[in-house]
Amino acid sequence: MRVTATINGELMHADDVWEGESLLYILRERLGLPGSKNACEQGECGSCTVYLDGVAVCACLVAAGQAQGREVVTVEGLASGGELHPVQEAFMRAGAVQCGFCTPGLIVATHDLLRRVPHPTDLEIREALAGNLCRCTGYEKIIAAVRLAASGRTGNAE
Amino acid sequence: MDFIQPTSWADALAVKAERPAAVPVAGGTDLMVELNFDARRPDALLDLTKIGELAQWDISDGRVRLGAGVSYTRIITELGGTLPGLAMAARTVGSPQIRNRGTVGGNLGTASPAGDAHPPLLAARSDIEVASVRGTRLIGVEEFFTGVKRNAMEPDELIAAVHIPLPSGPEQFSKIGTRNAMVIAVAAFSLALHPEQRAVGTGIGSAAPTPRPAPAAEQFLAAALTDAGLWESRAELPPAIAAQFGEMVRAAAAPIDDVRGSAAYRLHALAVMARRTLAWAWQQYRGSAAHGDGG
Ligand SMILES: Cc1cc2nc3c(=O)[nH]c(=O)nc-3n(C[C@H](O)[C@H](O)[C@H](O)COP(=O)(O)OP(=O)(O)OC[C@H]3O[C@@H](n4cnc5c(N)ncnc54)[C@H](O)[C@@H]3O)c2cc1C
Ligand code: FES
Ligand code: FES
Repeated sequence: MRVTATINGELMHADDVWEGESLLYILRERLGLPGSKNACEQGECGSCTVYLDGVAVCACLVAAGQAQGREVVTVEGLASGGELHPVQEAFMRAGAVQCGFCTPGLIVATHDLLRRVPHPTDLEIREALAGNLCRCTGYEKIIAAVRLAASGRTGNAE
Repeated sequence: MDFIQPTSWADALAVKAERPAAVPVAGGTDLMVELNFDARRPDALLDLTKIGELAQWDISDGRVRLGAGVSYTRIITELGGTLPGLAMAARTVGSPQIRNRGTVGGNLGTASPAGDAHPPLLAARSDIEVASVRGTRLIGVEEFFTGVKRNAMEPDELIAAVHIPLPSGPEQFSKIGTRNAMVIAVAAFSLALHPEQRAVGTGIGSAAPTPRPAPAAEQFLAAALTDAGLWESRAELPPAIAAQFGEMVRAAAAPIDDVRGSAAYRLHALAVMARRTLAWAWQQYRGSAAHGDGG
């Protein structure tokens, strides 16, 4: 089947989609958007987190056809022009990225948190990121990155 | 495989009548895991996410009619004050991403003994509204669960909504897991005090082949509160009543040993959770009199 959706602001079509495929699969394998990572395919790790109609979801648990006619924003859609998004900048500055596999999902989850709660407490940060696993950092630097992004002192616009 | 995407409830029911083997998909948080791991190869998927009315709720005749497709996140934000027991359970489901997508309809469809929505629905004495082209029927939530991951639906039926009576008293929920987020319950317990009916509701999760209430414990507690005039006086709850209630909840369970916990641990945990949720609920009931809101 064919799936048509607005992805990062652009109308895109994926062809020859198998009906049981996930949104994650079409993003990565059919639409050339490998930013969202595939680590578990069972909703446990959060590395595939994207927005679907403005709601943060695990792309691995969305059937491709469910994205038909919807709006999807992936980690690739957060930077504008050549400028990283402040959340991305903060992750780099705080040293919250090691192997980087978890990073795209954490960036989207953090983006989602800060747009709902601009100045989260540490508890709110932990709750908001509870669905994202990281095997490298031990999370402290990730939480520091979220605090940095929330402080607005990452140096770039937005 | 076919992907069928009706945009109206009538169309969805027509599809299910014609193709009873078509597998509904709502949030996909149970079903997509099965597809991703090749545990299931249905010959058609019936997507329910384009049906607007499934994602709505309203209140009439003292009940919330909660559409099967309302997400846990929306239950928390939109109904947190109206249905505190269900909202408490919803807050413990998975992670933000799972709560944004997962639905009570899907929880009931899966009918896992560990489904977190089930204990509060039991305690609140809810009914499940299922529909087919043949018509609509209400199934008491207690009768809905017929076995491990089995429910009372016919092959041509879909879950339309859950009818949850507006609480007349406090509700509490407790869940044991190895950490705070992303855990399947080792055991869970829901309690609702129904002061208007002088009754008590309970729901046990993860401690029997199906979610189930503890009717003997409910009757014991309701009678004990009545006999001691406690519904009216709202006096302190005698510890012996709470302890006995805990023991009777434990007696209603029939858990197994599995990777998440032993049967003995589950029984112990249930008695503790029953006692604690009762202490919390009773505290609320006493406090609400002081504020004069009657509930
Ligand atoms: C990482 C992770 C963590 C989780 N944590 C929890 C947890 O803490 N607690 C918990 O209870 N669950 C948990 N779950 C399981 C799951 O999220 C819930 O069971 C959820 O309620 C399923 O809802 P859904 O809309 O995603 O269902 P789907 O996956 O879309 O469907 C589930 C089943 O119900 C059927 N179905 C769906 N809607 C209907 C309908 N309207 N009529 C008839 N049948 C229908 C489907 O055919 C399917 O068989 C977790 C899952 C994941 C992946
Ligand atoms: S790949 Fe989707 S949550 Fe892990
Ligand atoms: S940086 Fe490697 S998994 Fe998080």
